[in-house]
Amino acid sequence: MIQVVLPKNLQILAGVGRVVEVEVAGPATQRSVLDALEARHPALLGTMRDTVTKQRRPMIRFFACEEDLSDASLDSPLPQEVNSGKEPLLIIGAIAGG
Amino acid sequence: MSSVRVLVGTRKGAFILSSDASRKSWKVDGPHFAGWEIYHLKASPVNPDRIYASQSSGWFGQVLQRSEDGGKTWEAAGNQFLYDGATGTHKWYDGSPHPWEFKRVWHLEPSLSDPEKVYAGVEDAALFESPDGGKTWSELPGLRTHKTAAEWAPGAGGMCLHTIVIDPSNHDRIFAAISSAGTFRSDDAGASWRPINNGLKSNYIPDPDAYVGHCVHRIAMHPSRPNTLFMQKHWDVMRTDDGGENWREISGNLPTDFGFVIDINANEPDTVYVVPITSDSHHFVPDGKLRVYRSRSGGDEWEALTKGLPQQNCYVNVLRDAMTVDTLDPSGIYFGTSGGQVYGSPDGGDTWSAIVRDLPPVCSVEVQTLL
Repeated sequence: MIQVVLPKNLQILAGVGRVVEVEVAGPATQRSVLDALEARHPALLGTMRDTVTKQRRPMIRFFACEEDLSDASLDSPLPQEVNSGKEPLLIIGAIAGG
Repeated sequence: MSSVRVLVGTRKGAFILSSDASRKSWKVDGPHFAGWEIYHLKASPVNPDRIYASQSSGWFGQVLQRSEDGGKTWEAAGNQFLYDGATGTHKWYDGSPHPWEFKRVWHLEPSLSDPEKVYAGVEDAALFESPDGGKTWSELPGLRTHKTAAEWAPGAGGMCLHTIVIDPSNHDRIFAAISSAGTFRSDDAGASWRPINNGLKSNYIPDPDAYVGHCVHRIAMHPSRPNTLFMQKHWDVMRTDDGGENWREISGNLPTDFGFVIDINANEPDTVYVVPITSDSHHFVPDGKLRVYRSRSGGDEWEALTKGLPQQNCYVNVLRDAMTVDTLDPSGIYFGTSGGQVYGSPDGGDTWSAIVRDLPPVCSVEVQTLL
């Protein structure tokens, strides 16, 4: 199972806790994890990425294993530690404002 | 026993204020959607327990919420607002062409007869319609693709379609206002549109009486008189008596005719309310005094309503969707401020009190009269 950590606002929106587990077939990618997450929690549609282009919203970041994966290809495999469930994929609302 | 329910959208959540018909003692419920901007909430007039809320965030985009139990519980509805066909460009602040981009829903207007149908006015300006209670949305593209659209330009708050008024005597006739393109009317349920800005004069655009380009802030109609509309323009308070074909200025003795809100007493179609704001560079009330101005003659002659409102050291603004009236007798008037106060008057504006005074900045206020 892939562990995904959501920002607080999305936890409330989806009615879930901080960590959500999703299952994907084959090696996990940003696209497959977000597809699975949105399928399980439709309230999250459009809040992390554009519903048509699938591009990340500008102020959302994806971190894992102390790396910023935000600008990686949507179809690149996520780190093995994420794939194995040892480390979570962190979805972050970028720090902004004063 | 009648009661009222006031729906308040703020920069950081939604609040629901409830009272019996005396409108003296209030219950405050919220925040709902804490931390999110709630530009607007509005209930279906056909099914008052169905309430729609526009929830948005710079981080997470647009979410549409729907309640089926008068705001006790909520469920995310559809949030996919896709322009219909090629989007083209409008003018950017510097005059250059800028592609149409969806940003948020400013205003929700449920159908007057069909509990499943609801309209949404969005930024960048377009009108959307849902036939299934907000689950799915499709654009009525005739407005955004009007032949003048490439000349439209955003106001300081963005290029938003912020006002939707449905003629209660003919639901196919719809009025819409866009900042800063002006006012438009459809006579065929939103399929086609034409600008109705004749009589508006705006000295801040190159051609002061242009066909389009006026920064209309808000329009209001009394349901008993659908050919008469009142308008708070960027500057100037205006009135039409022929369904928008011609407008005339009714600012009269107002201390300033800049402002955002305008509304009409539910029982007196010629009793109109505005909140004058100092200027477009000073988005707060003049002289440190919060004054609602009331005209009982349909404009031109205005009286200041001050009893119960702060008359010193007050520097708040009142945004375009932040005034509303209930349909009790006497009609209750409500408005919310940038300082987080929601004021109510149970007697048509004669006296006021703060229902609640420390909310986040208020974006919108709507009221339901529940029988």
